[in-house]
Amino acid sequence: MSTANQNGQARPKLELDPIVIRKARSLARKAGAPVVKIAKTHTTVSVERAVLRLAGLSGADHEGEPWVNHLVDAVRDEVGLELGVTTPVFDALRRGEAPDLLTLAQKAAAGSVSFRLPQGREGVAAQRLALRSVRPGMARIDRNRATRDRLIKRHGNPRQRPWIYLIVATGDIYEDIPQAQTAAREGADIIAVIRSTGQSLLDFVPEGATREGYAGTYATQENFRLMRAALDDVSREVGRYIRLVNYASGLCMPEIATLAGLERLDMMLNDSMYGILFRDINPIRTFVDQRFSRQIHARAGIIINTGEDNYLTTADAVDAAHTVTVSQLMNEYFAKEAGLADWQLGLGHAFEISPEIPDSFRMELAQALLARQLFPDAPLKWMPPTKHMTGDIFRGYLLDGFFNLVGAMTGQDILLVGMMTEAVVTPFLSDRDLALQNVRYVLNAAGGLAEDFHPPRDGFIQNRARQVLSEAVDLLEKIVGDTGEPGSVPLLQAISDGTFGLMKRPADAGKGRDGVIRCAPGYDNPAGTLLATARTEGGVQK
Amino acid sequence: MSTRDTGSQKAASEPSSPTAPPAKDAPQILPDIIRPYGDTTGDGMVQVSFTLPVPHDKRAEGAALQLAAKMGVAPALLVHAKAMGSGFTFFIVYGSVSHLVDLRDVVVIEREFALLSAKEANAAIKKRLHRKLVVVGACIGNDAHTVGIDAILNIKGFAGEKGLEYYSEIKVVNCGAQVLVPELVARARAEKADAVLVSQVVTQKDRHIHNTTQMSAAFREAYPAGKVPLLIVGGPRFEQGSEERLGVDRIFGKGTTPGEVASYLVHAISQAGSTTKEHP
Repeated sequence: MSTANQNGQARPKLELDPIVIRKARSLARKAGAPVVKIAKTHTTVSVERAVLRLAGLSGADHEGEPWVNHLVDAVRDEVGLELGVTTPVFDALRRGEAPDLLTLAQKAAAGSVSFRLPQGREGVAAQRLALRSVRPGMARIDRNRATRDRLIKRHGNPRQRPWIYLIVATGDIYEDIPQAQTAAREGADIIAVIRSTGQSLLDFVPEGATREGYAGTYATQENFRLMRAALDDVSREVGRYIRLVNYASGLCMPEIATLAGLERLDMMLNDSMYGILFRDINPIRTFVDQRFSRQIHARAGIIINTGEDNYLTTADAVDAAHTVTVSQLMNEYFAKEAGLADWQLGLGHAFEISPEIPDSFRMELAQALLARQLFPDAPLKWMPPTKHMTGDIFRGYLLDGFFNLVGAMTGQDILLVGMMTEAVVTPFLSDRDLALQNVRYVLNAAGGLAEDFHPPRDGFIQNRARQVLSEAVDLLEKIVGDTGEPGSVPLLQAISDGTFGLMKRPADAGKGRDGVIRCAPGYDNPAGTLLATARTEGGVQK
Repeated sequence: MSTRDTGSQKAASEPSSPTAPPAKDAPQILPDIIRPYGDTTGDGMVQVSFTLPVPHDKRAEGAALQLAAKMGVAPALLVHAKAMGSGFTFFIVYGSVSHLVDLRDVVVIEREFALLSAKEANAAIKKRLHRKLVVVGACIGNDAHTVGIDAILNIKGFAGEKGLEYYSEIKVVNCGAQVLVPELVARARAEKADAVLVSQVVTQKDRHIHNTTQMSAAFREAYPAGKVPLLIVGGPRFEQGSEERLGVDRIFGKGTTPGEVASYLVHAISQAGSTTKEHP
């Protein structure tokens, strides 16, 4: 993935103090490291289910409850998950309780299997079998990555920057497919299939092709597969590789990340704190799930998209600008720790300053340039106005034009196309077409402006960017200094004090908390073992 | 929000007088019969855009004009036609619409409460209670579908509106799914809840009715008369107007937004005190 450097940045547009930038990163590391330590010593039901999925277990019972859920629950009830699900599961297979994983899960659901924690040589043998069983899943992820590289080579990347990102959301995968293909023909480079409302709070991944959703389409393995195949067809037709996006965030981050790797999705929404702050998911659950899912993304060559836009829709975009920068820095820290490379960090930010405020456009430029300069090698994701879209579609169309202009002038990499019907209706076919015309006009007319545009030294834009950065450093200092009781983790303390956004989220509350397990000595996760080793095959993507 | 429809208009199918006689004696009084305004009184000019599922050619343009005529736009001026993909054409049409609007026939349906912005709701709660309004929410019984309650409570919200957690003057306690009624009552008492929100999606064998009546009865038993928190139930299958039968204060149906619930809460707390709440 190429970067802003391509846009001819001879000298930096913002004169930021490198010492302040270094300080910001070091504070982010300081805030994040104790949380990573917790993530490494805990597992969750979803991490364990993801491992079973890698081992090839899929499908659901007649009521739609996945077999991975049945098996993990059964093992947990009987022997606990402190040593990981795979050791007792593969021990049961070795003892001949069932011929394969699926049968074992079915028998476990009926309560007719007994699990145990194998000791000594039997334990080692179970772990060895587990590793052998997970390997094909990991190899498939590696193969998919190589296939993507090959297809990109064959069809090519989009010719312009930013890449054009468009959303489809009908609820019915078979309606989504033609809409996505039409969007690609009209110029979209990236297709996001928005999820059904509330899927992030389901503690299981639905199964099969789905035709009914609630303001979106369920993320399922089969839906992923169908859409990826359809986009492969249209990639061939339009002569560029069309990327597919879905959403990992929520209670099933590790599993959805795994399915995305298995079905060659190209990007995933994966934010380190979204679930905690905006969905009231337990903080520990989120950080453990997030780390595993990002390790999988790193392996699969998937670009993550982070959700900083959410901060701005719930707080004032001028006052809260620095929370976006803080979140970007935290997302960067957690992502790199999990093994993601710079080219995989689609850090988010959004055009959400009220158009009624004087100099709103200049402040947007300052913020977008700040992100560009702090993360020069990350494919930044630039998101359109939603909060100040009022239903006046004509005004909204103008606002989207200015949003596109900021994207062009500041060298953003992924541009989520704004719809003038935002907050009014699900976009009409014509709304999408008009939105794409808007993007094309701006990129065509002003795409080269990034080269000419250099805000004057110590002018409004430079000063605003410096102000936001220094407020971000202040907030990070506050977080790192937030030590409650001795031994408490500052970041968790800050989240529980409501330092981020408006919400207070204590570490011992929130959804999915029951699904967090502290690992005992001897915990084994064969997927984790494989993730720590080199890829079996596949190209290096730049 | 400006798109919110607070009233509905009934089109005048048979205007009483096609040519509105200008009121002679009182020129100040607005006419009852009006037409759209382009740049001259009475020109009837409108602008519409639409897409037809046909490729762009002469026939498509004819089809657009035919639709315009059937919509009452005559003469219609086709100012823009553009192919979208292979099978669709987008049109913009200007023209004079032949319909008249009789203002006397306009019926405005009022909600029993005014829709407030988050800011207005917060201000009203502050003024009225001098403390935060406490809302306890849950899915009760065996219902695990928290989509509804989460859409209303989670800060993420629904339909572009932030959930109740976003309101600085509302304290939200979301108990989650499959909460037992006694637990809910205990939690409501512990939190000194002003309102209890319950979501019921599963309707097999009228479970939603059964669970709701059980819940309202438990609250009446646990609280002294007149002190029961506002009981609000939401779900796609509740019969509107059956509040009394279920023993609750308000039912919300499909598509309800957090803003509506917040506005109702403000309305209800400002009613309390003036009219005593009665629970049969």
